Amino acid sequence: MGVTEILRTMEYGPAPEAAGPALAWLDAHGRRFGLFVDGRWMDPADGATFETVNPATGKPLATVAQAGAADVDAAVAAARRALEGWRATPGHTRARYLYAMARQIQKHSRLLAVLESMDNGKSIRETRDIDVPLAARHFYHHAGWAQLLERQFPGYGPVGVVGQIIPWNFPLLMLAWKIAPALAAGNTVVLKPSELTPLSAMAFCELLVEIGLPPGVVNIVTGDGATGALLVRHPDVDKIAFTGSTEVGREIRRATAGTGKRLSLELGGKSPFVVFDDADLDSAVEGIVDAIWFNQGEVCCAGSRLLVAESVAERMLGKLRDRMERLRVGDPLDKAVDIGAIVSRAQWERIAHYCRVGVEEGAACWQPSWPVPAEGFFFPPTIFTNVAPSATIAQEEIFGPVLVTMTFRTPAEAVALANNTRYGLAASVWTENVNLALDIARQIKAGTVWINSTNLFDGASGFGGYRESGFGREGGREGMVEYLRPPSDAPAAPPAARPTGTSVPDFTRAARDGRPGGVPRIDRSPKMYIGGTQVRPDQGYARLVYDAAGGLLGEVGEGNRKDVRNAVEAAHAAAAWGLATGHARAQVLYYIAENLEPRAPEFARRLAAMTGRSVEDAAAEVEASVGRLFTMAAWADKYDGAVHSVNVPHRDLTLAIHEPVGVIGIVCPDEPALLAFVTLVGAAIAMGNTVVAVPSQAHPLAATDLYQVFDTSDLPGGVVNIVTGGRDELAKVLAQHDDVDAVWYCGSAEGSAMVERESTTNMKRTWVDDGRPRDWTAPWAEGEELLRHAVQVKNIWVPYGA
Amino acid sequence: MWAMTTLTQRPEPRVETRNPGMPFDPGQLAEIRVNRSAVERRAATIPTRRTVKREWQAAWLIRAVQCLDLTTLAGDDTPGTVRRLAAKARQPVRADVLRRFGLAPGSVRVAALCVYHAMVPAAVEALRDTGIPVAAVSTGFPAGQTPRRLKLEEIRESVAAGASEIDIVISRAHVLTGDWSALYEEVRAFREACGPARMKAILACGELGTLRNVAQASWVCMAAGADFIKTSTGKEAVNATLPFGLVMARAIRDYHQTSGARVGLKPAGGIRTAKQALDWLLLVKEELGETWLQPSLFRIGASSLLTDIERQLWHTLTGRYAASHHQPMP
Repeated sequence: MGVTEILRTMEYGPAPEAAGPALAWLDAHGRRFGLFVDGRWMDPADGATFETVNPATGKPLATVAQAGAADVDAAVAAARRALEGWRATPGHTRARYLYAMARQIQKHSRLLAVLESMDNGKSIRETRDIDVPLAARHFYHHAGWAQLLERQFPGYGPVGVVGQIIPWNFPLLMLAWKIAPALAAGNTVVLKPSELTPLSAMAFCELLVEIGLPPGVVNIVTGDGATGALLVRHPDVDKIAFTGSTEVGREIRRATAGTGKRLSLELGGKSPFVVFDDADLDSAVEGIVDAIWFNQGEVCCAGSRLLVAESVAERMLGKLRDRMERLRVGDPLDKAVDIGAIVSRAQWERIAHYCRVGVEEGAACWQPSWPVPAEGFFFPPTIFTNVAPSATIAQEEIFGPVLVTMTFRTPAEAVALANNTRYGLAASVWTENVNLALDIARQIKAGTVWINSTNLFDGASGFGGYRESGFGREGGREGMVEYLRPPSDAPAAPPAARPTGTSVPDFTRAARDGRPGGVPRIDRSPKMYIGGTQVRPDQGYARLVYDAAGGLLGEVGEGNRKDVRNAVEAAHAAAAWGLATGHARAQVLYYIAENLEPRAPEFARRLAAMTGRSVEDAAAEVEASVGRLFTMAAWADKYDGAVHSVNVPHRDLTLAIHEPVGVIGIVCPDEPALLAFVTLVGAAIAMGNTVVAVPSQAHPLAATDLYQVFDTSDLPGGVVNIVTGGRDELAKVLAQHDDVDAVWYCGSAEGSAMVERESTTNMKRTWVDDGRPRDWTAPWAEGEELLRHAVQVKNIWVPYGA
Repeated sequence: MWAMTTLTQRPEPRVETRNPGMPFDPGQLAEIRVNRSAVERRAATIPTRRTVKREWQAAWLIRAVQCLDLTTLAGDDTPGTVRRLAAKARQPVRADVLRRFGLAPGSVRVAALCVYHAMVPAAVEALRDTGIPVAAVSTGFPAGQTPRRLKLEEIRESVAAGASEIDIVISRAHVLTGDWSALYEEVRAFREACGPARMKAILACGELGTLRNVAQASWVCMAAGADFIKTSTGKEAVNATLPFGLVMARAIRDYHQTSGARVGLKPAGGIRTAKQALDWLLLVKEELGETWLQPSLFRIGASSLLTDIERQLWHTLTGRYAASHHQPMP
């Protein structure tokens, strides 16, 4: 085109990034890649392969190995062989390797960026400026963790062999998010990239060879979901880390239930983008571009639901449509393209399907006036208005460049709409009012909240979801914990054999049997403790409680699913507990201890009677329980979050806040009946959770005797709810309950597996003992290792500037 | 590769409509919000999201030249140096270079010559019959701390001397004390004094403290009838930055939607490289659209920039890096 003509239109011209070096690299490998196992390339045992396609052209780029069972076995075996050496490698040495990985990524940054763009369809602008620099940054950050590990996490060790499965939307970056913390912590890795985008991982393997990483520390097996399933089910894998869809996450949870495999899941989202009437609307529009038209909208944390104040909605949408007209969709390797190609035909069709459904359900669809390229899988930026919260496109994750819009009138309504989702990955809040911004950020249930910004990432900040967006964090200190085995996480010694022939104090039996003289005792059978009062069990059945000698000691209510339902509702109604100050929660815990102490002899006798242990031994447990309450009270205002030092160009506070998980179902072990109950419930409520506790099935009276203690200790009704009855039946109801946010289970191996398996309908967090009794007097029960289970980290990014 | 054409390369002629202004509305002003970090992020990514290469880059650089207010604002300016600059204004790019881009020699000229009042007569004389306007900085430029009466007189004198564009400076104190009505009255009075001359209001963004003040001052100046809003005098510690430009461009866009009038944008101060000039063109195209990419609505106030553009054009043409001394100096 001539300069004259260009001067007339002032249009943009082509600005292609050269594909030559990347194509030459592919050619040099014969456009064929094997499996990277034990530091070497190997062919799949059965010779199976698949093709990876350039979505911008629909043409194949390379042929890649499809790993089968023998290959996954070989990879896991290689990782297992390498584990001892790698975990024994000094932190400083591991730091050098991670540092070298960061450097290699930087040195080969353009090759990686171009490969990624060709394989995925994402724009070169993004791979060059975002994906690759963030990947390098992740390795730098975690080189630091390797260096500091021994001092920062004393007594911790690696989890072991980690199986990692990553998606196609950020292939290299997700690889970095997975491999960097795993290696820093001393784990060895078998990683499976997506079958749609394996090429940057292949290039990464070469970088590993270049830096001389010991063989077997990182193994990369390519393949589709079948390969992933082999990895998930492999008996010699100690942990699975998965990023992908919630549906697959659910399958993984079920498949690993009861295996003792650690699990971290980063799943889907339908993140709200909330614009208040006092926002900088032009900047908010640009935020939306970065939220939903970043990476073609194929982003788990994409701001896909625009919630805008009704008073500015029309202005906002007008600005947004103007902006959409100026977006550029096309050749991903063009440096002036905003939106590249959708990763695959299947994904393109899925997006188109949702758009059709949106229109059918009555929403108004708007797209810019210009066409997208006909060849390749291109989809235009799309916005839906007149969308009801009940619409399919408002509820389902579309994973494409499609924004749905709803309006709100008040901050409370904005929060209600924002939280009206099964997901909880991220949110973006736009207002110039700091009071409003922080208030909304605290109320939205999401692992990351960006104030006046969106889609900011950094190795120093944890990323991960609430609710069905998964559990576990990637990045920061909270991400390192996912790859570490705490000191207590070794099989404890079997419980001491129950003492036999212990003398039970006479007056206990006397109390039960009635006073001397034949006057019957006043029955004080405890009911359920729900909402701060005792309520009769739903069904009129009682459970008999026996002493160690088999004599009847008393009765408790036989709880059923309706009792659990009522308790969960009461626990939700008490959610204000989470907003109380740490000091206020501490005061209640101290008060409980204060009121327990004078009754220590009574509790000791009760414990002794139920368990057959000596009164002295039982008294020691009561004393330990009082001390434990003090510990939890002490922590209530001390287990703080952090301000992360993130690497962004603007001024920023990234506040990592420890938020309560919500309603926690706590299933207590039989013994120590009082100490375990006080430890678990104390930790949960110290951190602001509310609780539905199932006390020791065998010795429930230790907990039910606490009702009166609670009643006199200013514990708000509903913060602690107690349902007595059959342990595993009640545990199952809790695990299946979609409005319970976490279940902690102490009991049998089978019960643990059941809880993990049944937790998947809402992907609640679970913490089970796999049937291995814990030492309740050990340090873990006194500190952060325990408290970690009682919080979830929310990272609030607060850019600022006058 | 470069098609020869006989067309002259002036931008399409436009009716130079004036901005009539609007009534002062403090309520509208109070609603303006600017988020600094978000503005900085957008400003930083405009040049990374867009680029022009090869003949597109050449055309865009030529457009930058056509939008140039070639400027000299030095204490040692003399009629002689101003005449030299005027000659460069008439012929800003070497004729052989233009020819090789398929452009007629003489078809490309700058938008205006910008000088102090004292140099207006020399500039007018040197540009007689070229159609290139002379712009005078005015109203106690650069600080604007002179009596109102003298400011108005200075405008009238410059217009009488032949300046057809007046670059006024606003009283920063009005912004910093939040006295928006005083600012409105001041700029309105300046506009009246300008008469037929087009008025550019210099905000001196680097002295306004916050981006919100920049946005509000932009709006007040436009409402008061400014035909252009201009970032800086070039004498502040911080001059034409992309965040300032972004905030001003967005204010211009809103003002256009509200009033229907198109106000021009003029960054000035510190724009020395061809790359910077392209960044500004990208910003204007992205935020305001192609309509604004012409001298009636976009100017760059600069002096040494021209030489770097010439060098870059040479490189685009030949693939070789150019020497400064091969480009005729102003």
